[in-house]
Amino acid sequence: MKDLFAVVMLSGIYGLLSASFFVTMDAVDVAITEAAVGAGIATLLMLVAVTMTGRYEQTASHRPVWVLVVVLVTGGLLLYGTLDMPYFGSVDAPAHLHVAPRYINDSMQEIGVSNIVTSVLASYRGFDTLGEVVVIFAAGIGVLALLSVARRPDEDAEIDSINVSMHEKYLILRVVAKILIPFILLFALYVQFHGDYGPGGGFQAGVIFAAAIILYSMLFGMSTARRVINQPLIQLLSAIGVLIYGSVGLISLLNGGNFLDYNLLSGDPVAGQHIGILLVELGIGCTVTSVMLIIYFNFAGRTEDYMRNGRKGA
Amino acid sequence: MLAHLPVLQVIVPLLAAPSCIILRRPGWVWLFTLLVSAAAFLISIALLRQVMASGVIVYELGGWEAPWGIEYRIDTLNALLSLIITGISTVVLLAARISIQAEIREDRQTLFYVLYLLSLAGMLGIVTTGDAFNVFVFLEIFSLSAYALIALGRDRRALWASYQYLIMGSIGATFILIGIGLMYQMTGTLNMEDLARRLPEVAQTRTVFTAFGFLIVGICLKLALFPLHLWLPNAYAYAPSIVTAFLAATATKVALYLLIRFTYSVFGGSFSFTTLPLQTLFVVLGLLGVFAASMTAIYQKNVKHLFAYSSVAQIGYMIVGYSIGTTAGLMATLLHMFNHALMKGALFLALGAVMYRIGSVQLRDFHGLGRQMPFTMAAIVVGSLSLIGVPLTVGFVSKWYLVLAAIENGWWPVAVLILLGSLLAIVYTWKIVEAAYFKAPQAGNGQVREAPLSYLVPVWILVSANIYFGIDTRLSLQVTTAAAQGLFGAGP
Amino acid sequence: MFLGLYNYWIVVVLMMIGFYIVIAHGNLVKKIVGLNIFQTSVFIFYISVSNIDGGTAPILTEGFNRYSNPLPHVLILTAIVVGIATTALGLALAMRIREAYGSIEEEEIQQRDNREC
Repeated sequence: MKDLFAVVMLSGIYGLLSASFFVTMDAVDVAITEAAVGAGIATLLMLVAVTMTGRYEQTASHRPVWVLVVVLVTGGLLLYGTLDMPYFGSVDAPAHLHVAPRYINDSMQEIGVSNIVTSVLASYRGFDTLGEVVVIFAAGIGVLALLSVARRPDEDAEIDSINVSMHEKYLILRVVAKILIPFILLFALYVQFHGDYGPGGGFQAGVIFAAAIILYSMLFGMSTARRVINQPLIQLLSAIGVLIYGSVGLISLLNGGNFLDYNLLSGDPVAGQHIGILLVELGIGCTVTSVMLIIYFNFAGRTEDYMRNGRKGA
Repeated sequence: MLAHLPVLQVIVPLLAAPSCIILRRPGWVWLFTLLVSAAAFLISIALLRQVMASGVIVYELGGWEAPWGIEYRIDTLNALLSLIITGISTVVLLAARISIQAEIREDRQTLFYVLYLLSLAGMLGIVTTGDAFNVFVFLEIFSLSAYALIALGRDRRALWASYQYLIMGSIGATFILIGIGLMYQMTGTLNMEDLARRLPEVAQTRTVFTAFGFLIVGICLKLALFPLHLWLPNAYAYAPSIVTAFLAATATKVALYLLIRFTYSVFGGSFSFTTLPLQTLFVVLGLLGVFAASMTAIYQKNVKHLFAYSSVAQIGYMIVGYSIGTTAGLMATLLHMFNHALMKGALFLALGAVMYRIGSVQLRDFHGLGRQMPFTMAAIVVGSLSLIGVPLTVGFVSKWYLVLAAIENGWWPVAVLILLGSLLAIVYTWKIVEAAYFKAPQAGNGQVREAPLSYLVPVWILVSANIYFGIDTRLSLQVTTAAAQGLFGAGP
Repeated sequence: MFLGLYNYWIVVVLMMIGFYIVIAHGNLVKKIVGLNIFQTSVFIFYISVSNIDGGTAPILTEGFNRYSNPLPHVLILTAIVVGIATTALGLALAMRIREAYGSIEEEEIQQRDNREC
């Protein structure tokens, strides 16, 4: 298949299908995240990239045989490995008997949150989640380092005029978007703060929040969006999110416990857990929103730049 | 505070990275990064002394005991690796201020330091944790920042090198993820200590066998073991000088640590070496790597490329030591890890000085450099002697123990091949010496001054360390022996 | 046995499709799409592991007492984030390469590099 646009669309559909698959497998948190991230953001970024790099694949060369051999061997090894696995869905698989029961049975008393995934994510394995926030932060910084374009004020005016004329065409979309965006933002806030009681949490909320702003910038022009959302502020916000998370851990340290021990954040351990999870999810939401925005703005900004000038980037 | 050293080791650089964004100006950011790295170095020294005195340190993150929470488990091996990583990082950063000013665009310099701290934190996170999935997360922190760091190089080939590294590295990381998933499925836990206890009962299943296979291949991709080393030469050659000096001395060591940790502590030595013919496989691949890479190095015209291929060869030596499967072999490998970090750190940093002064690292531009940059070239000469394994340098010590371990095990042909490999090293390092000392400078090169102190000081710190640890080997031997014995004692 | 394991086999096939796309194709963007598919299939695998017959989503609710295993869910949430981070960085690199080389086909890039050396 040579048309990259089609390839990207299909991969988006694949993401959406896997999200629905996750729902049938009772993995609701994962489903929301996969739908927002895998089917949403990933497809969006790929489309922006394809806009710049070219819609059609060029090479028509043959595929070397060794590649097929490697893939078949790897696949064969995996299939071989599945033969001794516990059957799909079996209740007494080792995975369900050892570590998981405590999470299911005791998390209500120890942490007091009904969404077990949130309690594992934010508390029991909170350090992994800190690592995850740092990963997304690193990606944001990496994209910034690779794609940032130094903006000159006279360029902005030029872009403005192009955008205004272009976007007059999309009047209906703009009106509808203006109505929808506040609801999307509200939904994002809901997802953020109800992560304890239903599917949701910092990541999903961050992505939805960013999606609303991206929608706005797509329909109203990048320069308008840039005036609303200040670039340096976003970068600062991404750093602050990580630091909020880290500070919660440090406070625990200073209160005499181990790093990220929420029991020490308040007199009552369970209340401490709630506070800890709330703050930590806030940090996650901050960083995820800002990094998604950084990535999108830099992708779109660079593409815009390339389209206009066709010159080599520095 | 002392009880929290394990987590501080990782947290200090991890949280310092976003803090750099708040600081803004590159001059301040450099100083901040240097201080953070130095602090991490001091923490690693304290940790090593604590471990050597009182044994394995366990730290529960979040206050939850393993395997429900994540735990940090520090033994001599972890502490040794933290020491190497933070030590090299601090010394390399001494030269970073002027190097980065010269090689990277101004508005990206702060971002460079953020990425540097992230990769430092990532590596430290990998070597201190006792939880398999935590390894994956920090491995990705490290890898992503490394891809970005390499891509900051001036030459457009840096972009391509970084992309190749990204693809190969991500395939490796996904394989590791598959391996961890399969292990979880069969045992129900992610904690390394717990896995070690539970794996023996399911060890004979095909699933565990597959898990082992995928883990090993994934780690070898990150390790640049021949023939999965294709990403390394370009990545090292085109990255900014500081990045090459830092990564060449530390990145592959971390992958080797993972290999050792998973095969000895998690799966257990007896399982790892009997299920798959790992010993034979690794000794063959290791030696092939040594010879193929050394021979390719001889034909390189770009000196950074030359030393990058030399690194692939050195990794081959380390794998050979590992494949011997005895305490002596493992000790030799760990020693070589330590020594190689010193050697390559010095060499690539000196090359950075050359790049700074003449703007190129092509062999033909080295003519006459021996006279124009005497201290820098002398450093390269000493580093090269160390690579070859001349007595009085660290290189000699690790080759000696490697050969000894091979002979102890009755592997005479291997010992001979190791020595032959050193001969090849003489060939490719001679090319540099010849160009620098025995050829007249080219007409257009003009006046070249010696490298500035910012470069000379850290380069000579590393070179002196090369010589010091080559003569006084008590410390390195004591630590590596303790580490190797600890691994053998622990496994089932 | 087939009924018990068919789920895993389908996942393996999906994984291999993704893996094949990554290593066989020369177009840089297509490689990243392949990497994405490969990783998403690994996620499906992990979630399959966590599924329990007759269980429900791991959110404590009145009236249910059999829940799916929450641990793999947590791991996959993290892995999804790692995946998008890698994708973003990879695409950024592809865009820069397009600017610098004028093409994103592996063969063309290598040709231009060889001509320079």
